[in-house]
Amino acid sequence: MIIPILSLAALGISLGLLLGLAARFFKVEGNPLVEELEALLPGSQCGQCGYPGCTGAAQALADGSAPVTLCPPGGRAVVVALAAKLGVDADLSGVKDAVPSIADVREELCIGCTRCYKVCPTDAILGAAKHIHAVFKEACTACGSCVEVCPTEAILLRPVPPPLQSWGWVKPGAVAAANEGVLAA
Amino acid sequence: MKLFKLRGGVHPEGRKASSADVTIRSLPLPPQLYVPLQQHVGAPAKPVVRVGEQVLAGQLIGAGQGNISAPVHAPTSGRVVAIGDHPSPHPSGLSAATVTIAPDGEARWFESDVPADPFALAPDDIAARVGAAGIVGLGGATFPSAVKLKLSRKSGVDTLIINGGECEPYLTCDDRIMRERAVEIVTGIRLIQLAVGAQRALVGIEDNKPEALAAMRAAAAGTDVQIRAVPAMYPMGWDKQMIQVLLGREVPAEGRSADIGVLVHNVATAWAVQQTLCLGRPLVSRIVTVSGGAVAAPCNLEVPIGTPVQALFDACGGFNTTPARLVLGGPMMGHQLTHTSVPVVKGSSGVLALTQAEIGLTRPAPCIRCATCVRACPVGLLPLEMAARIRSDDLDAAVTLGLKDCIGCGSCSYVCPSSIPLVHYFNYAKSELMAQARSKLKQEATKKLADERGARMERIAREREEAAAARKAAKAAKDAAAKAASTTEVAA
Repeated sequence: MIIPILSLAALGISLGLLLGLAARFFKVEGNPLVEELEALLPGSQCGQCGYPGCTGAAQALADGSAPVTLCPPGGRAVVVALAAKLGVDADLSGVKDAVPSIADVREELCIGCTRCYKVCPTDAILGAAKHIHAVFKEACTACGSCVEVCPTEAILLRPVPPPLQSWGWVKPGAVAAANEGVLAA
Repeated sequence: MKLFKLRGGVHPEGRKASSADVTIRSLPLPPQLYVPLQQHVGAPAKPVVRVGEQVLAGQLIGAGQGNISAPVHAPTSGRVVAIGDHPSPHPSGLSAATVTIAPDGEARWFESDVPADPFALAPDDIAARVGAAGIVGLGGATFPSAVKLKLSRKSGVDTLIINGGECEPYLTCDDRIMRERAVEIVTGIRLIQLAVGAQRALVGIEDNKPEALAAMRAAAAGTDVQIRAVPAMYPMGWDKQMIQVLLGREVPAEGRSADIGVLVHNVATAWAVQQTLCLGRPLVSRIVTVSGGAVAAPCNLEVPIGTPVQALFDACGGFNTTPARLVLGGPMMGHQLTHTSVPVVKGSSGVLALTQAEIGLTRPAPCIRCATCVRACPVGLLPLEMAARIRSDDLDAAVTLGLKDCIGCGSCSYVCPSSIPLVHYFNYAKSELMAQARSKLKQEATKKLADERGARMERIAREREEAAAARKAAKAAKDAAAKAASTTEVAA
């Protein structure tokens, strides 16, 4: 009788001790999920999701208070990645990959107020006071922050036609009979 | 000599007879030549001529950029009338940067130095000349040949295989060039062999081309180039299949033929190498098969690069019936032409005008899991399983099944009794994976820019704070000094 009691008690105490030590030495600062989610987001801090930057959005995703479809510039790729990370089913029906576009400064309207380049999250606008501003097309993410602050509506998001190098086949069945079996003949 | 067993493959009807027995003709110069700056795998060439400039045949008009690229030369003498976008021979039909040349009809050649004895050249010199001539893989892959030569020499290859397979139905351009220019091809092969230091050179030719085999055997007599007949099947012209049948070595998954000590070049590439090293002619023309049920007189034409496809059909008597589909390349791996104003480029082996009866379109039906595609796949993949994964958007699973090893040969689509566009699924999945990789790169670049901006903003705020603190401290010191002065004054 005494032996089982003692052995079980010893087992309980040692396991409890182990758990206590593990809790102290392997303590996690903050939620690691937030960081992992943030790594999946575009990181341009554009604020289109309604949260203060990508960290805020990642926090909301980790809490479960935001849907995985929250990031408009990320498109389908980000939704799929987030859904896989969080282990939820993503409803891709409402998600459209934004048409690739870039901000375009209409030179005849630009007054050189410098407001747009101050808000650009990726430093994609070059300009100085009372000089016409210009956009670096490689750096622009089409987040639209500059469009909102422009006092003369000189900035528009202009769709850019996909270059030949990034053209891809459409999924079979996604197009009408016209394209059916292009390669199947 | 022993031939080795192959996996998979199909036996489509050859349909080569209509163009195989007609001598290669030169195409008269069209009114304008549209020479795209990207006709090869790698970075596009950069134009080095200006609009209005007179150019000579063989003159450099686009210089290669970066490690994997190829220069582009003027196909004939004339004037550069435009540098801009023109529809390209690409499945999308999108426009690409193109130099437009109006020929003057004189065909004056650019003076280039021709080595007195090309066989006395150093291997590196041969590779450099091949690179400067803009030679790319003329079988259709259009990989810059000089890059292959240099890499093969560096990694050390023991065998050079020259691919005279030409397994695509309809196409006879390699057949004709072997029949008519065998001596030049053999010289080219020996030069390539010299450039890479290969101990032996084998030429694999399908046994449905007896005339080409005979011509090549006669030309190779007395040299150490060996001609081998290989069984006719599709895709025999795929380099890895050719290596397998001739040497019995298999190229590892996601590997290159150089990994197993083999270099493969096309017969037309060997001819282009000979033209460059013996005559100083860069790659400015190629042999193109014009065939298909709708073409009045199918034949092979020697075409200046940049000739619009319409000119080729016109030279073959036009259409005898309205074609149901125009195809650039072979019917198995080629793609539909959007219109006939696109130019012939270095990789265009054929233009086909097919009738409704020839394309035989049927609507796709559900997969019956008969596994005919599995038996047909020359790579040993499971096309039906991969397509099912791709249809349900599970690209990762398709990659696990070996999507990246798919060569897109179309054997699976060809044999599918349900007419499922299998290879279309694989092409779609491959381009989708590439798009994902590209957006990931863009995302990383964006993140870097945003981080840099954040750091800069922080630094500016800190500097401002420090400046304010410094000002405050200076003001406090001044006040204290003034106060001290006033107290001393009072005290005095």
